[in-house]
Amino acid sequence: MSIRPFLIEIVQVIALLGLSPLFIGWVRMLKCWTQGRSSAGMFRPYRDLAKLFSKDVVLAENASWIFRSTPYLVFGTAVLAGGIIPILSIELPLAPTADVIVLVGLFAIARFFTALAGMDIGTAFGGMGSSREMTIASLAEPAMLMSIFTVSLANRSTSLSHIVRAICSGESVMRPSLAFAFMAFVLIALTETGRIPVDNPATHLELTMIHEAMILEYSGRHLALIEWANMMKLCLFVMLGIASFAPWGIAIGGGVISVAGAFIFMTLKLAIVGTGLVTIETVLSKMRLFRLTEFLGSAFLLATLGMLCYFILE
Amino acid sequence: MIPSPIDIASASLLLFLLFAALAPLLRKNQRLLVYVFSLLTAAASIMGAAAGAIAVGRGSTERLVLLLGLPDLPFHMRLDPLTGFFLVVIGLLAFFVSVYSAGYLKGFLGKRKVTRLVIFCSLFVAGMFMVVLADDALFFLVSWEVMAAASYFLVMFEDERPENRRAAFLYLVIAHVGAIAILLSFGIMAGAATGFQNFSGYTFDAMRQAKFSPGWATAAFLLAFFGFAAKAGVVPLHVWLPEAHPVAPSNVSALMSGVMLKTAIYGIIRVTFDLLRVFPWWWGTIVLALGLASAVMGVLYALMQHDLKRLLAYHSVENIGIILIGIGLAMIFASFNMPLLAALALVAGLYHTLNHAMFKGLLFMGAGAVLHATEERNMEEMGGLIHLMPWTAALFLVGCVSISALPPFNGFVSEWLTFQAFLLSPSLPSPLMRLLLPLGAALLALTGALAAACFVKAFGVTFLGRWRGHRTPHIHEADWSMRSAMMMAAAACLCLGIFPTVVIGWMDVIPGRLVGSKISATAGAYGWMWLTPVAAGRASYSGPVVFLGMILILAAAYLALHVKAGKIHRGPAWDCGFEKMTPRMQYNATSFSMPIRRIFGFLFDVRERVRLAPQPAHPAFPVRLNYSLRVRDRLWSWIYRPIIDVSFLASRKIGNLQRGRIQTYLIYSFMTIIVLLVLAR
Repeated sequence: MSIRPFLIEIVQVIALLGLSPLFIGWVRMLKCWTQGRSSAGMFRPYRDLAKLFSKDVVLAENASWIFRSTPYLVFGTAVLAGGIIPILSIELPLAPTADVIVLVGLFAIARFFTALAGMDIGTAFGGMGSSREMTIASLAEPAMLMSIFTVSLANRSTSLSHIVRAICSGESVMRPSLAFAFMAFVLIALTETGRIPVDNPATHLELTMIHEAMILEYSGRHLALIEWANMMKLCLFVMLGIASFAPWGIAIGGGVISVAGAFIFMTLKLAIVGTGLVTIETVLSKMRLFRLTEFLGSAFLLATLGMLCYFILE
Repeated sequence: MIPSPIDIASASLLLFLLFAALAPLLRKNQRLLVYVFSLLTAAASIMGAAAGAIAVGRGSTERLVLLLGLPDLPFHMRLDPLTGFFLVVIGLLAFFVSVYSAGYLKGFLGKRKVTRLVIFCSLFVAGMFMVVLADDALFFLVSWEVMAAASYFLVMFEDERPENRRAAFLYLVIAHVGAIAILLSFGIMAGAATGFQNFSGYTFDAMRQAKFSPGWATAAFLLAFFGFAAKAGVVPLHVWLPEAHPVAPSNVSALMSGVMLKTAIYGIIRVTFDLLRVFPWWWGTIVLALGLASAVMGVLYALMQHDLKRLLAYHSVENIGIILIGIGLAMIFASFNMPLLAALALVAGLYHTLNHAMFKGLLFMGAGAVLHATEERNMEEMGGLIHLMPWTAALFLVGCVSISALPPFNGFVSEWLTFQAFLLSPSLPSPLMRLLLPLGAALLALTGALAAACFVKAFGVTFLGRWRGHRTPHIHEADWSMRSAMMMAAAACLCLGIFPTVVIGWMDVIPGRLVGSKISATAGAYGWMWLTPVAAGRASYSGPVVFLGMILILAAAYLALHVKAGKIHRGPAWDCGFEKMTPRMQYNATSFSMPIRRIFGFLFDVRERVRLAPQPAHPAFPVRLNYSLRVRDRLWSWIYRPIIDVSFLASRKIGNLQRGRIQTYLIYSFMTIIVLLVLAR
């Protein structure tokens, strides 16, 4: 058993931990530019995290152990997911631990406990955030699954490593089913990561916030962990999309050069996706909560169309 | 020498019946009665479970003919792996519940006699054991009735409340409508087995050897499925379940929801895969479609509830649906002669059967502990119990995580296996099935996500936040016996989630017998840590790695941050700077599910009313707001109301025959004689 896959695994997790704030910084900077504001620079998120880590924690009086352990759990699932998704190479020792469905389950754990933490303090905002988050998540889940299903039907596997290998070896080049599945995936990724038009990550306006409402009472290192985990989650969804729809560049073997190449490819892809995300966030505005049924309904419809395409055309 | 499994099972049955017979002698000393009950039923249950575990492990089949029954029609017992598996499911949960009862029933001491409760409780468990052990139609139906009647008396235990009497009556009616259907189904199978010549077809062995014509087989299946579906609470026959389960004492609710419904699952599997054996594909689609309907409707109903036990009861409808999805898929695959896929789907269904028994038992025991402590079932009046009942809260949370299908707990494994079975449906030869089945998977995903939402609500409103009630009762933590029972159930949930490969290897003999294929050769190909149901390339999951990985990263993050940790200050909640917060301002069960009610409300009969009482001087500032909400089951008014009306009308019309006038009766007699003379000439 060679040691190299483990090294790649460690490099990948460190890259994810280190680069996710940079990705957020890139998105925020671009957003400032497109909206005619001057930005705080790409490295602002690092300084934010450092500041939060050095601060003391203020806990509400009746916070229980659920509230205190949730940040660690959310962070833990994000790191674990980062070790499973093939970002640099498909030869990861952790990759067979979980297929795409398990990954969705890992994100669901983080969501479940964040929602519980929102209800722990007993404020109206926390409960409001939890209720909305769980509602949206339950509407997003079927669409997410249909999209995954289409991808895994086309590649005959739910394991991400095998999907990457199948696409890279040219078994399934541009299929119409995958195009539909991809569109559905974009809508779902926007929903799951709490971006505009579903949720506004920059808002603290009481009545419109969803994710922020749940973590309103967090401070200090707890808040830092949750924020960091959120940055990673955005990156992870991008990586999940890349691995299932456009994995070119991810190293098939474990050679140093191919992994370094994969790293460069990853950075480029992140930069491009960031630009796309900023375009979406600048062009669209946040939707009303009850308009989201239509938004997620169309995601489900697109994914179902993808599935039908697979059966009828391919 | 180790006694054979069927001997252990018979001894366990005898122990239950012995206790039921001797319990009245101990009625004077209620405390002693509770302890003896707890001890004996625990011993008997664990014996039953052990017998089942050995039978499954060995893959053995044993028979026993009892010296009971009608002349020339003796009772038969048979312990094969399928029976053994259900003995384990029933015995394991009955064992936990017996331990739990020692503490729970003490709450009744001094308030009400528990003699009746303990007698019927042991008869109830014995009845469930007999149902799965029975090997002929007669013994099966007798056991089925013992189980139904005993549980009727358990639901009726607190019979001073009218709603309990109503629930018990409804339960009895639907149980018997189901039992009639099962009786007719066995009648058809027994008759078809001997060509309607004699009674010897009543044993299951005779039915196994018979060749059924498609017409008789279909009739037998439809009747049996109707009967068992009524017992399992499949939509639209679920109405009794949310009425009967919550009003029973909580230890009984755990048994009813956790394992009694499973006897119906057993019946469906036994009749289709073992007795009838050959079936067309559309039987499977009926089971699958009703399973999907139950899963989605069950969880949506549960979301509308604010009574903790009722919410859990509706989740039983949901989980029975998930089990039936697995079984329906297995039937479809089996009818297209794809044994490996059928085995996978059947294992998924059976695994969920075991899982549901464990986590639903745990949740009902937790709800019982809450009820015991607060004397409250309405979640709107609760909150913040995590501070007062830390053990119960943590254990209840394990149940919530398991039922919400989150890794690494057990509910996830069985749902994941069901998803894998769905993913393999494109290999079916029928194009229609290939198109429609993946949509079923989407519904299953919706169910899972809604279940998570529902348990965030259940746990969040009950245990988190602050106490919402007007009165503050004296709340105490559950005692050691209740806690240890819940701990065992929680440990079972975790172990079944982390070591699925071992469990599947153990139970693989069942699909081997029923559909002629095993999956452990591929599922466990990479050792106990990896679950690869079809092939490593298709899908893999490792419970131990997920569990360990999460623990390790959590510990690492915690330690790294606590090397030089800043202080933790306690202060009032920030809440965006809002000061005058009261506990009544928290989100409660009704407000939590409001968005879902608005989105899926068209499925229910929802009536929502808001009444404002404005201030005369300033109409913009109302003094009081009244909000009332009523959510009703549409199926009740669509299906049950007309049936009730028609049966009342019919009984009134038939009642007209009896006027109490001697002349009328003489005319009836005269007419009867004339008719008989004409017919029997």
